[in-house]
Amino acid sequence: MSTKQGKQTYTNDRKVYIKETAAIVGPREKEGPLGDYFDEVQNEDFDEKSWERAEAKFTGSVFQKLMRKIQLKTDDIDCILAGDLMNQCIASSIGLRDSGVPYLGLFGACSTIAEGMVTGSLLINSGGMDNVICMASSNFCAAEKTFRMPVEQGGQRPPTAQWTVSGAAGLWLSSQSGGPVITSVTIGKITDFNVTDANNMGAAMAPAAADTIIAHLSDLGLEPSYYDAIITGDLGLTGSGMLRELMDMHGYSLYDERNNCFRHQDCGAMIFDPIKQKTHSGGSGCGCIASVFASYFYKQLQGGNLKRILVVGTGALMSPVSVKQSESISGIAHAVAIEAQ
Amino acid sequence: MSNHLNKLTEKKYSEMTNRYSKKSGLIKDCFFAFVFGGLICIIAQLFHDIIISSTAQKIFGTLTEENAKALTVMFMVFVGVLLTAFNVYDEIGNIAGAGTIVPITGFANSITSPAMEYKSEGFILGVGAQMFQVAGPVIVYGTAASVIAGFIYYLIK
Repeated sequence: MSTKQGKQTYTNDRKVYIKETAAIVGPREKEGPLGDYFDEVQNEDFDEKSWERAEAKFTGSVFQKLMRKIQLKTDDIDCILAGDLMNQCIASSIGLRDSGVPYLGLFGACSTIAEGMVTGSLLINSGGMDNVICMASSNFCAAEKTFRMPVEQGGQRPPTAQWTVSGAAGLWLSSQSGGPVITSVTIGKITDFNVTDANNMGAAMAPAAADTIIAHLSDLGLEPSYYDAIITGDLGLTGSGMLRELMDMHGYSLYDERNNCFRHQDCGAMIFDPIKQKTHSGGSGCGCIASVFASYFYKQLQGGNLKRILVVGTGALMSPVSVKQSESISGIAHAVAIEAQ
Repeated sequence: MSNHLNKLTEKKYSEMTNRYSKKSGLIKDCFFAFVFGGLICIIAQLFHDIIISSTAQKIFGTLTEENAKALTVMFMVFVGVLLTAFNVYDEIGNIAGAGTIVPITGFANSITSPAMEYKSEGFILGVGAQMFQVAGPVIVYGTAASVIAGFIYYLIK
């Protein structure tokens, strides 16, 4: 069972292990600073005729890769929790339609993988499920087509814009021991401070990240220093600075005085080299935090470089229609506390 | 609305957003737009001057100034389409900004790029229906503006 702590946080009485992960990314991600950590690289079109099919193939391939790694039969998987950025999450449903595993579709924009980990660990703690796979994917070209302009249209991006990561990742959550443990989860609230610029997602999501981190810390009576790293994804360079200031403003400093650096790291700010790759504010998309966590941070936990981390997936809850109708962009963030064993 | 962020207001956050959001470099952007836009015009002018030169006239027959202008426009549209098809135009546009959007090559790019993008949804509902996704507003309001301008011209003539 999970036990509710404070208002939004649940601690897991039944241990939930992240036993295995898999991540496939595109060439731009491979060229980035974390390139060596990913399992596989595929072109953005993945030899398919449409961007949508390519993204679905990313999802399907990650699932197959994960299944090969974990050597379980599909019958042993109780449920897949997956989501993406396509309308009605078609990349996940098309990519996983041959999986033969019970499926729950998720939408949490870039927070999807965190939403999956939150839901997955609660499902495992219900006692009924033992093996859950969480997945998320995004594709640069498919996201451009859906949210911005056709890929070949020759426009410029403002410096606050982020680049959607082409990639997909999957995590195997299990009640059997092995790997890092999800100790608690915090479900975030929809947070809106009236940001309307679709080219400034970091600003739209930073308050949601701050709200959820503070909720998590106050529900459990912790200080940021309890965690070796507080990882968000994907606020980018713009949003990261804003989150740090928002946390300071409310009495929680994310600065690590002892090591002289920020305890906070952002997957969107880490995945690309903004100067060499000209990626402006950084990476974004469901595949960003999903692939960075599944590869880089998972290996840090396994290698013992990080003991306790808080993973905060942040999403901008908008659609092309809501943006055109001048709705403000709401943010969401879910937090997952993970400890290395 | 958010009880954890009780020290933050929308107004305060809007100021904070402005402070953190880097602005595009106006001078740099204007410079590149000027250079690339100018370059496109020079190419068009060169093409025009070549086809109307006496040597070309001797080979291809006489060409009126009006036809030469039309042919130049067609050539530039073709160049825009070709560079878009070879995935080059957006790379140039990334640096040039308005320099590649404003000339007629940019107009060609704005029609070719959705046509390429939506080909996966078929020729009718994809290419046919979505081709003017970007250029549509320019065509609609350009036509409307020309009617109004024509009417005003008629009145004051």
